[in-house]
Amino acid sequence: MLHWRGMLKIAAALAGAMGFAASAIAADAPASICFVYISPIGDSGWTYQHDLGRKEMEKALAGKVTTKYVENVAEGADAERVIRELAQSGCRVVYATSFGYMNYMEKVSKQFPKVTFMHATGYKTGPNFGIYNARFYEGRYLNGVIAGKMTKSNVIGYVAAFPIPEVLQGINAYTLGARSVNPKAEVRVIWTNSWYDPGKEREAANTLISQGADVVTNHTDSPAVVQAAEEKGKYASGYHSDMSKYGPKAQLSSTMHVWGDFYTKATSDVLAGTWKTTNVWGGMKDGMIKLAPLGAAVPADVKALVAKLEGEIKAGTLQPFAGPVINQDGKTIVPAGKNMTDEELGKMDYFVQGVASKLPKK
Amino acid sequence: MQDSIFTAILVATVVAGTPLIIAALGELVTEKSGVLNLGAEGMMAVGAIAGFAAAHHSGSAIVGTLAGMAAGALMALIFAVLTLTLLANQVASGLALSIFGVGLSAFIGKPYESITLPAAATLRIPLLADIPVLGPVLFNQQALVYVSWALYAAIVWFLYRSRPGLVLRAIGESPASAHSIGYPVIRIRYFAAMFGGAMAGMGGAFLSVFYTPLWVEGMVAGRGWIALALVVFATWRPTRVLFGAYLFGGVMIAQLFVQGSGAEIEIPSQFLSSLPYLATIIVLVVISRNVNTIRLNSPASLGQPYRPDA
Repeated sequence: MLHWRGMLKIAAALAGAMGFAASAIAADAPASICFVYISPIGDSGWTYQHDLGRKEMEKALAGKVTTKYVENVAEGADAERVIRELAQSGCRVVYATSFGYMNYMEKVSKQFPKVTFMHATGYKTGPNFGIYNARFYEGRYLNGVIAGKMTKSNVIGYVAAFPIPEVLQGINAYTLGARSVNPKAEVRVIWTNSWYDPGKEREAANTLISQGADVVTNHTDSPAVVQAAEEKGKYASGYHSDMSKYGPKAQLSSTMHVWGDFYTKATSDVLAGTWKTTNVWGGMKDGMIKLAPLGAAVPADVKALVAKLEGEIKAGTLQPFAGPVINQDGKTIVPAGKNMTDEELGKMDYFVQGVASKLPKK
Repeated sequence: MQDSIFTAILVATVVAGTPLIIAALGELVTEKSGVLNLGAEGMMAVGAIAGFAAAHHSGSAIVGTLAGMAAGALMALIFAVLTLTLLANQVASGLALSIFGVGLSAFIGKPYESITLPAAATLRIPLLADIPVLGPVLFNQQALVYVSWALYAAIVWFLYRSRPGLVLRAIGESPASAHSIGYPVIRIRYFAAMFGGAMAGMGGAFLSVFYTPLWVEGMVAGRGWIALALVVFATWRPTRVLFGAYLFGGVMIAQLFVQGSGAEIEIPSQFLSSLPYLATIIVLVVISRNVNTIRLNSPASLGQPYRPDA
């Protein structure tokens, strides 16, 4: 017969052993890092770039992390279910890459305080809930400079999805870039009211081309606009990814999103226990925005100019939205000598001078 | 300049209307036989990927179009077995076919995502294409645009001028009567459903092989649903389908041109996007107001399962 004290000892030893085993697993087993994507990964576009980032991070932290992703998750009740399941299944970090996941992620983050949640393009945060985004407009500005130099008709076409601040920043930065080298250039905008409708995007591009545009660009998710430009022998500025395989002659350059370094850093911080609620808004100097290699059609002097301006943006001496910024109605938004604040950028709801189209009425 | 923009709008309208015409004419024939197949979106999606894959491997747009038709017909065959032989509910089966088709096309399409096809050249008809305005609009288009007109003519002739067409319509009105005088109701409905599938598949192949020569998931983008709405909007008449398709296509294109011209837009473009559906609901309400107009327009046995007694 065992003494009760003996039994207690055994129990304590067992518990200790189990505890040790558990902590050993936690220290040695790679952490699970999870991603939620809005669309299928495909081979170009928004989600594709995030997935490249995921793979880069996996490589950089080899042995320390394993990753998994759920693609094509709609911005609705489904998103909450997916995020909750990932948190429950032992993910240390959950990255969600679309604006509409914000409220669902906030809700789930409160229920899983030990999991770190990171949300791209949103604005809500919490103790274990951070946000990240990239200054897409810096790339847009440089692409606008190239477009302004390359256009002969001085009409530039822009196919865009929805008039939200992020898209308006892009259109305005592109216009300011083009007008900085070609004050006669004007930008015409067509809204497709859809992130993803290749047929409509193509028709919009063809419409702009038939109205005189000889450079087109898009803020939508398919390669249809670059492809349409290629077929009509016009130029295009790509977006999201390097789209040159869809328009080898047409693409002048492209604004590329590069998330790998950010994912590596944020994940390492979480694993090291040094992560704090972050609001990362990185640009060219952080390597989160890059230009695709300039097309063969771009002459050497324009290439040199773009390289110089890129250096200035990285150094912080060139700000695409440095004053004076004047809107379409002639109202000064940012006076000369001042810069637009991040808050003002996030609330952008106007076109600058040089955009020929009008915003849809509210 | 004004003139050339007008021409450009008309040219684009014809192109945008073509997939709608092809898919809607197919659905029209199916519905005329009394079968309601709501799976057009799915059949178009599968037709699009099958057409794209075949065109890519064979290098021929014709092979691509035929493959799209075959794939669409195969999808319709699944639907026909479920609803005509196993007597499953047509509405539910059709909706399921749509969802299934969109998913299946995405699954098959994975390896084809980075590929583009060479743009198919337009088929220019000598002399006629030189007529101002009408020339480029009617006589310098993609091959399938001409095919859509030929199909329209053939379907009008078939439904209203040929004996098999009369039988098909009789089956749509009263399968029991047609059966009692010896017509194979189920077999003919099989043909009608598969014809509709083949046409939806061709419409899908037009999108992926001619319109935007690339494959991306979800590229049908609701055109199957518009085709379905179009059949109701046209009150089951082929000529109205033709004009309805150009009307729906034209609204979309004109809207883009208005935006691009920088003109002040008073009508939100979201409203214009919803117009086809609104117009369809209005037509439905109008024809449903009295019993006679329904009887005159929609096939009487539409959507009802039929089990021959003997």
